[in-house]
Amino acid sequence: MSSHAASHPQDAHSDNPHADYIGDKVGFWFFLYTELVLFGGLFLGYFFYHMKYKEAFHEAGSHLNVFMGAGNTVVLLTSSLTMVMSLTALQKRKKGLSLLYLGMTILFALAFMVVKYFEWGAKFSYGLYPGSEILQSSHSDGVIIFYGLYFVMTGTHGVHVVLGLLALSWMFVWVWQGKIHADDYAYLENVGLYWHLVDLIWIYLFPLLYLVA
Amino acid sequence: MGSHEQSHDHDHHIIGYGTHLVIYFGLLLLTGLTVAVARVNLGELNLWVAMLVATFKAALVILYFMHMKYEHKLIQFLFVIALLALFLPYGAVFIDYLHR
Repeated sequence: MSSHAASHPQDAHSDNPHADYIGDKVGFWFFLYTELVLFGGLFLGYFFYHMKYKEAFHEAGSHLNVFMGAGNTVVLLTSSLTMVMSLTALQKRKKGLSLLYLGMTILFALAFMVVKYFEWGAKFSYGLYPGSEILQSSHSDGVIIFYGLYFVMTGTHGVHVVLGLLALSWMFVWVWQGKIHADDYAYLENVGLYWHLVDLIWIYLFPLLYLVA
Repeated sequence: MGSHEQSHDHDHHIIGYGTHLVIYFGLLLLTGLTVAVARVNLGELNLWVAMLVATFKAALVILYFMHMKYEHKLIQFLFVIALLALFLPYGAVFIDYLHR
């Protein structure tokens, strides 16, 4: 492997004369680092207030449905598996298999959002939402902050799942059309990286929100 | 084709389906572990144990699913810098909090 980033063997296979495989990935990782800082700030806020309002976080967290949270963890982990399977299949020139795995990834992403819909729906029906009367009147500052963090963190994560869904669907079309193939798959790999990041964030969100109790 | 395929594999490390499955089952196991441990009351330690297990899971995802273990040196180097940039402010906030 060449030590310099501008000339990678993959580039020779690409139809694009300006292809820069390592550059594509370095650039995408830079984007992922900005995401890390976005969520990193929210996590820091969580840790800070967790230290400050231990009991309240404990009490508020016990109202979340561990079963749904754990179920969604399994759904996202499985979607990460099908995502890498899709990339491996494409690299091994198995286009049909790659599309099958990519389609499964999209279905798991949808399943995650359906569970989220029921979870948030249940909270709303109990009158638990940012600025709700029940939260403002009958609870401590710690509980209000816990639910504030809960909705902002799972909401920001949910937005990423939806964007990931769109990106995955876009990649599905491109693999289908043959725009992405075994010799030029940086797009699929990068969307995969984004999808794994969404999974990574959930790996931390799940214990922090659902299991602190 | 054979030799081309080989050199291609060498240039671009392709992780096999089997490795993906092993990592996946490892991740499921750790998820079960984190749910089980949360039911045992360890007081203060619960949060830290949960974070430790989550970090093991994150490491598996980053190293294998995100290919970091086999990545170009430049990408690995930048990753370490990014982690430092993220965790230095964390350290600063924790130190500040503990000395109030």
